[in-house]
Amino acid sequence: MSTATASHTDNYLNHEKGIWSWLTTIDHKRIGIMYFFAIMSFFLLGGIFALLVRIELFTPGQTLGFVTPDIYNRMMTYHGAIMVFMVIVPGIPAIFGNFILPIQLGAKDVAFPRLNLASWYIFMSGAAIAAFSLFTQKVDTGWTFYTPYSISNSVSNGVIMLVMGAFVMGFSSILTGLNFIVTTHKLRAPGMTMNRIPLMVWALYATSIIQVLATPVLAITLLLLVAERTLGVGIFDPTLGGDPVLFQHFFWFYSHPAVYIMILPAMGVISELVATFSRKIIFGYTAIAYSSLAIAAVSFLVWGHHMFVSGQSEFAGVLFSFITMLVGVPTAIKLFNWISTMYKGSVRLDAPMLFAIGFMFLFTIGGLTGVFLASTGMDVHFHDTYFVVAHFHYVMVGGTLMAVMGAIIYWFPKVTGKMTSDLLGRISWVFIFTGFNVTFFPQFILGSMGMPRRYYDYLPEFTSLNQISTIGSWLIGTGFLIGLAAVIHGLIAGKVAGDNPWGGKTLEWTIPSPPTHENFEKTPTVTGGPYEYR
Amino acid sequence: MSTAKHAEFHHAHHFDSAEHQYDASKQGIWLFLVTEILMFGALFVGYTIYHSLYPEVFHAGSHHLSVPMGAFNTVVLLFSSFTMALGIHYVQVDKKKEAVIALVITVLCALTFMVVKYFEYTAKIHHGLLPGKFFTNTEMPEIKNLAMFFGFYFVMTGIHGSHVLIGAGLIIWVMIKVIKGELNSSYYTPLEGVGLFWHVVDLIWIYLFPLLYLVG
Ligand code: HEM
Ligand SMILES: [Cu+2]
Repeated sequence: MSTATASHTDNYLNHEKGIWSWLTTIDHKRIGIMYFFAIMSFFLLGGIFALLVRIELFTPGQTLGFVTPDIYNRMMTYHGAIMVFMVIVPGIPAIFGNFILPIQLGAKDVAFPRLNLASWYIFMSGAAIAAFSLFTQKVDTGWTFYTPYSISNSVSNGVIMLVMGAFVMGFSSILTGLNFIVTTHKLRAPGMTMNRIPLMVWALYATSIIQVLATPVLAITLLLLVAERTLGVGIFDPTLGGDPVLFQHFFWFYSHPAVYIMILPAMGVISELVATFSRKIIFGYTAIAYSSLAIAAVSFLVWGHHMFVSGQSEFAGVLFSFITMLVGVPTAIKLFNWISTMYKGSVRLDAPMLFAIGFMFLFTIGGLTGVFLASTGMDVHFHDTYFVVAHFHYVMVGGTLMAVMGAIIYWFPKVTGKMTSDLLGRISWVFIFTGFNVTFFPQFILGSMGMPRRYYDYLPEFTSLNQISTIGSWLIGTGFLIGLAAVIHGLIAGKVAGDNPWGGKTLEWTIPSPPTHENFEKTPTVTGGPYEYR
Repeated sequence: MSTAKHAEFHHAHHFDSAEHQYDASKQGIWLFLVTEILMFGALFVGYTIYHSLYPEVFHAGSHHLSVPMGAFNTVVLLFSSFTMALGIHYVQVDKKKEAVIALVITVLCALTFMVVKYFEYTAKIHHGLLPGKFFTNTEMPEIKNLAMFFGFYFVMTGIHGSHVLIGAGLIIWVMIKVIKGELNSSYYTPLEGVGLFWHVVDLIWIYLFPLLYLVG
């Protein structure tokens, strides 16, 4: 079905030239690409810290010459803070949301293009502040900045800077979310009713709601932390009559919804991939769409499951435990619908689809272990052990990063006009998928055996499992490097892609690759749902 | 009539019409204001918790605040909301001179508010009624943790005060646009956005005043 592409010479990439035209662009597609470069560099940085942490844990005691316990704690903090605030939270919305959302709606741009560019600059300033503090100051609080440790004198004042960096990046997150909500409401092409928007857009829309509603609470929490350190306000400081646990309440009121900021966009990507590569009308469009909203809604009511052992009342524990289990319902709805879509479809196992299947597999394990943790009794045993580490890596890495890889390969032809090598993509998948399980599955066992998280040292009996885990981390690293090679190879030597190499049905596949500056020559009129294969 | 005029105004390429662009901008502004309210919301939650834990501290603390000054500032801000609305109205009917006067009065109110705040703050500083570790006042040794009340006082009014200053800056920005004729009855979205922001700043003060000054 793909129409000739050779005739399109003017596109968003060559519409204007020079680095300055990029730095001042208000084209959502270019902004998406600028986020791509920024976030991928942070990802590399966070990845290096991850590998260092794992190497240090290869043997009990000191393994690497320069890694003292102090430096270990700082590396662990750098890794977490970079990966959460600078990679996974902004990742899919900022990169793919920016590039794809307006096109999938049939719009020429997001509602506020200038604000969009401003968001990028705000994000980069926040990241610069955070990175500066990471490299010049000694912050070792972990990414959660728990009080009273973070307000005590044993932590350097660098924590103020790191926290302000996160605050600034949160501002960028709010503005991006706001932009997407208004774009979705106001810029849909004629005929693109809310019940026809692609599932990726539904996911991004639900994510944006969380971003707008939860991030302000994080913002004030971080400001209060800074006020506590500088003025000694007393709100979180027990010596001044305050309550450090209140910080946890405020923090998780944002950060639990934030884990859905990380995963919902990934689920959107998976919906696109499953529909396209199964060549079948998606099963349960409405259920998938509204389950995103349901997850967003429930995510605000479950923060207490991070605090079962904080001394909150037993009643609160039971309540939070119960509500947490409810999240499983909309999540399972999505999984069942994806699987039903694949059932009797003509499933093609191109590299993006492999990543989608990897997502479903790993995310299911992560989600199920979440249910373990949500059971108050079991959490008392598992809390702050490697079991928790394995759980959230299964959902955040096994889930979100698998989706990111799938998304990169899936939309690469649209973004660049060229294909990546399917072989490289598949090899990358094999390494990431196996490496991932080799790294994190042993951590479930370690955790249930009682190995605490965030420790520099461990008992000798945990050695062999830790070594397996560390070797796994090298496989993951290799997998991502192969993915990088696939992207570079695609850019240099990729085959010309054509407008619709995968046979997708959403609007981005109806326009040239790479798209023209204005996306659409003529605003499209939509007459049917997004995935009408048969 | 206003619709016809709207159409004259140039709109960005991704909108169908100026009307369409106006709707989108307005929705964006409202969403932003929601985030402001949520941000203050967390502060109010913290305030409520500690007020219920230590009622005597908050009771004693509020006695150190000057109700006349707070009440005066409340009136000033309410009045400024009124002049802000007037300013928007005059721009909508192309009465430029009246609009500028109304906006100037609004800015003056904002400055008055800050001047009164300055006197309030210096009085507190003078008496050592400061947040947390800077608290040096010894007049009421029987009330422990009085420092906490002033922690809340300074953080809440401080964040609110910075909003007043930002608001004043924004009002001056739109006022210049009105003077240059860039904002008029056919296009006044930025003015309306700033106006909404100003009303929210006012609204938040209307909650802060009784909570901090009158709880005693
Ligand atoms: C959907 C994607 C999810 C992500 C990205 C995610 C992420 C995380 C993260 C980052 C932590 C650790 C926080 C820390 O540093 O202390 C965590 C802990 C936890 N998660 Fe998840 N999670 C997800 C889903 C779930 C689900 C579905 C459940 C329950 C049904 C769940 C239940 C828990 C519980 C109870 C803890 C606390 C464990 C403890 O600290 O003792 N999570 N999760
Ligand atoms: Cu949670």
